[in-house]
Amino acid sequence: MSGPPGTPHPPFGVAFVFSGTGLGQAPLRMPGANDRCTGAIAMPPSPSARRAAVSAALPPVIAVLALVALWSLLAAGQPPIVLPGPVRVLQAAIASWSSLRPAIAVTLLETALGLALALALAVPLAMALAGLPPLRRALQPLLVASQTVQVLAVAPLLVMWFGFGLTPKVLVVALACFFPLAISLADGLAGVDRAYLDLFASLGARPPQTWRLLRLPAALPAFFSGLKIAVTYGIVSATIGEWVGGSQGLGLYMLRSRNALRIDQVFAGMLVTTLLSMALYGAAVAAERRAMPWRRAS
Amino acid sequence: MTPSRLRLEGVGKSFGDLTAVQDLSLELAVGESLALLGPSGCGKSTVLAIAAGLLAPDAGRVLLDGEPLTAAGKLGFMPQRDLLLPWRRLIDNLILGPELQGVPPAAAREQARELLPLFGLAGFEDAWPAQLSGGMRQRAALLRTVLAGHDTLLLDEPFGALDALTRLGLQDWLAAMRERFGWTLLTVTHSPEEAVYLADRVLVLSPRPARPAARIDIDLPRPRVPALRADPAFGQQVGRVLTALGLT
Repeated sequence: MSGPPGTPHPPFGVAFVFSGTGLGQAPLRMPGANDRCTGAIAMPPSPSARRAAVSAALPPVIAVLALVALWSLLAAGQPPIVLPGPVRVLQAAIASWSSLRPAIAVTLLETALGLALALALAVPLAMALAGLPPLRRALQPLLVASQTVQVLAVAPLLVMWFGFGLTPKVLVVALACFFPLAISLADGLAGVDRAYLDLFASLGARPPQTWRLLRLPAALPAFFSGLKIAVTYGIVSATIGEWVGGSQGLGLYMLRSRNALRIDQVFAGMLVTTLLSMALYGAAVAAERRAMPWRRAS
Repeated sequence: MTPSRLRLEGVGKSFGDLTAVQDLSLELAVGESLALLGPSGCGKSTVLAIAAGLLAPDAGRVLLDGEPLTAAGKLGFMPQRDLLLPWRRLIDNLILGPELQGVPPAAAREQARELLPLFGLAGFEDAWPAQLSGGMRQRAALLRTVLAGHDTLLLDEPFGALDALTRLGLQDWLAAMRERFGWTLLTVTHSPEEAVYLADRVLVLSPRPARPAARIDIDLPRPRVPALRADPAFGQQVGRVLTALGLT
């Protein structure tokens, strides 16, 4: 077949449909005859694409710089024990890096384990909820209740039950992350368009095939929406767990700094917490893009 | 007498208080092309879903090759929208039917590739559905139906979502494919011209609930070719259909 895409040889003299008049071809985006669409996608960004990326990144950069400037202005007239400026906070972070670094490692580990536990519980539960509507009606109020539980009230109890080690922090993180993960995934799984289910039925699909090839992939966007929310809860929940009863981690670093009236270090801890949360969010976005390559194609 | 492929006998279907289909009978002979024509919302798609085995009728019965139809998946069914899975590349959308039936994907892809040129999809096997034009998506949906291994195809407003010119082109193409593969076709449409162009017989349905209002044999030669549209005989047949719809 030598013609460009969409111009096959005529089956019965009807090929004018695809060739001469260009009918049915207008929206094609492929430039050359033998180009694969994937080739077009994988190409390095063009100068105009780079310009677009820069202009997309500019507004948030300006917003952050404006915020830092405002912070400096507010801090300028204050003693550092009330409100330290950004430079002082950075200096404190660098000076106490030897205690910050292990604290970051501990908090990240707690967050990762908590997220993993939340995922391990949320995915099968969401599948059960989506597959069994009566179960969903029975459990939905309890799930909502689990989200409204005061972490600050539960965390000390968890410490009392499970000690000062890793376990209570992992549980606090899992408790916070579980709800957005389970609800969003259950919504995505249950919200599959009836027409697609009919299509699968008309093709003779068995239920496990419909789950694997239709429901789960169709629920990916909803799953990642939940994951992006869950990861932003993760780090904060871990530090709360450490704050109320920990022997290490960023929460304890901030608590000790406050007790020593090192407010610059408290701010350094908050800064690190925020940066870690944003990094986790970025990782979730990257995973989302990787898991759904077709989204970049349209 | 050509053997009967599909037979609906006194079929009825209600959804709550809404009667969608009432006492509807039709017969589709092997190799025949029948068009179901009716106003929007008259229950045409419900008839097709019943014929496909996706909906169980409240009354009457459906016979496929003389046997009661008990499950979906016995006939090729092309839904109103193309319903290509956005997360599968074109080629993997096409082989969905064989894959669900347990055919190894590599072998199914090989078979699908052979038909790509005929369906105007050559060179696009690795494209995502979002990268295809409306006409291509519709042809892909039809090829997916064909690759599921049926030669009786139920088409639910197959070109309803397309612009008028693309639609005419796809009608020509479908008419040619029908001759080539010897398909048996049951097409739901709300276009009188499309019904006349594609079908040997047109069953005009009443407004809801869908009941047969008229059965019209289309007296036009096969294969249907584009020049036919300019033929006075074509306009005459369309006129008969419009009269049956009460629009003349």
